[in-house]
Amino acid sequence: MNSAGIVLGIETSCDETGVGIVRISADGVPELLANEIASSVEEHARFGGVVPEVASRAHLQAMVPAVQRALATAGITGRDVDAVAVTAGPGLAGALLVGVAAAKAYAAAWGVPLYGVNHLAAHVAVDTVQHGPLPPALALLVSGGHSSLLAVPDLAGPVTPLGATIDDAAGEAFDKVARLLGLPFPGGPHVDRAAKEGDPAAVRFPRGLTGPRDAPFDFSFSGLKTAVARHVEALQRAGTPVPVADVAASFQEAVVDVLTAKTVRAAREHGMETVLLGGGVAANSRLRVLAQERCDAAGLTLRVPRPVLCTDNGAMVAALGAHLLRAGATPSPLDLPADSSLPVTEVLVG
Amino acid sequence: MLVLALDTATPAVTAGVVRLDPDGAVAELAARVVHDGRKHGELLMPGVLGACGDADVTLREIEAVVVGAGPGPFTGLRVGMVTAASLGDALGIPVHGVCSLDAIAADAVGDGIDGNLLVATDARRREVYWAAYDAEARRLTGPTVERPDALAERIPGLGLAAAAGSLVEQFGLPVRGPEAPTPRGLVAAAADLLGSGAEPGPLEPLYLRRPDAVPPGERKPVTA
Ligand SMILES: [Zn+2]
Repeated sequence: MNSAGIVLGIETSCDETGVGIVRISADGVPELLANEIASSVEEHARFGGVVPEVASRAHLQAMVPAVQRALATAGITGRDVDAVAVTAGPGLAGALLVGVAAAKAYAAAWGVPLYGVNHLAAHVAVDTVQHGPLPPALALLVSGGHSSLLAVPDLAGPVTPLGATIDDAAGEAFDKVARLLGLPFPGGPHVDRAAKEGDPAAVRFPRGLTGPRDAPFDFSFSGLKTAVARHVEALQRAGTPVPVADVAASFQEAVVDVLTAKTVRAAREHGMETVLLGGGVAANSRLRVLAQERCDAAGLTLRVPRPVLCTDNGAMVAALGAHLLRAGATPSPLDLPADSSLPVTEVLVG
Repeated sequence: MLVLALDTATPAVTAGVVRLDPDGAVAELAARVVHDGRKHGELLMPGVLGACGDADVTLREIEAVVVGAGPGPFTGLRVGMVTAASLGDALGIPVHGVCSLDAIAADAVGDGIDGNLLVATDARRREVYWAAYDAEARRLTGPTVERPDALAERIPGLGLAAAAGSLVEQFGLPVRGPEAPTPRGLVAAAADLLGSGAEPGPLEPLYLRRPDAVPPGERKPVTA
């Protein structure tokens, strides 16, 4: 394989300190060499959500050891790295800043280009390390921090946002409902597990923004969360035990029903034959099953990276950086800012 | 020995190249200082490369890094810390953290001082970070974070002859020395460590405050 380069990617937009290393061939096939993750999730559990200052402190402690582990896992040294990529946004401002500062230092010390990249575009790019080059795709990115539908004609080119949540992110809704049901943080895996024993048709929860006059590709999960709270409180007031599995399954069904219906519709309307899922909620088992059913029915190809690549990680940043390096993109300057609200249209921060 | 010195514990984004001689003499070859307390992340690495250029050295010729470990407002402080740690790792050179107030003291006692020295910096939220030093810049107490009026009550017992740093005019002491750590002061504060060739200790930021976060209370019902 004729190598176009090796890229080290750094991700610190939320509570995971991720360092990944990807080698890309001259014909654009990426290979994952390392994906080291240090998570501060347990430090946030008692607060019921990610505390930015706690996450930022953890990033500072974890950063250099994560880079060292990634290089060791890949069996290379810093001298073998051809570029450094880093999440420049969107994300938690103070958390992003740690990764961006580290990336600048490594790039300058190794004398290689720096790519400040978009976190959402990186979620899309990571799929290529598992499934190979990506044709034009419609991407659904769902996590505790984002819920977006994106049209991605080309990984190294511009991304078109089609829709996003207008209130809570999908993962946030899972966290809040989990808390309501007495399940631990983060809520996603626990709701998923509880739902396996429940009836998804037990309660007909509302499907947000699915009326004929609603924005076709935007999401809303705040009303759903409130509906679940009302349902649970009514049971509690009546002294009836809450059927946790049924409520979890019915809530989860309402979320994944809307997500998959809008995704398939967006793919059709934009002439995309490939659908891609990413973000932590893409690890949800019911979302994977329903997305597969609906894509099959619509004649669409579904691509879902394995769970460790769906949640935030450094490999995704390295993967996007590798595609940019191969495409000959102009590197970011060393005064690159961290931008907590970086728009998804900006894949590479120049 | 060529030393790169960084500090982001105050609104001054500081980078410099300093030569430390075997006899402990410290010569500042170049310094880049920009005052913008909200742009540490943007300004620091360009400052590092600018200082190297001014001193006519490359990063690969640097033999050690000294970084101000605070105390300082957290977000900015971390920029200097992680930059120093990453540069040290990438270049394979030691990184020493020093208390940023020690670096100010090292400069402020320079011309001799007849008594002890107070060093304080802005901790925001109407508080100051402070420490007290003897005439040889050895720290006597601190670093601490507290309100200026609480510090003012301690001052009669500290034997102070002067003050340095920022927000110190209010204490009625002669003010001298820099408002923020200089590259020269940072390396002077770490000179013994650097000269000894000892392995640096772990790089720990001096936050002095816990994160603002409280576990949630009982959930409020949505139905009254
Ligand atoms: Zn993400």
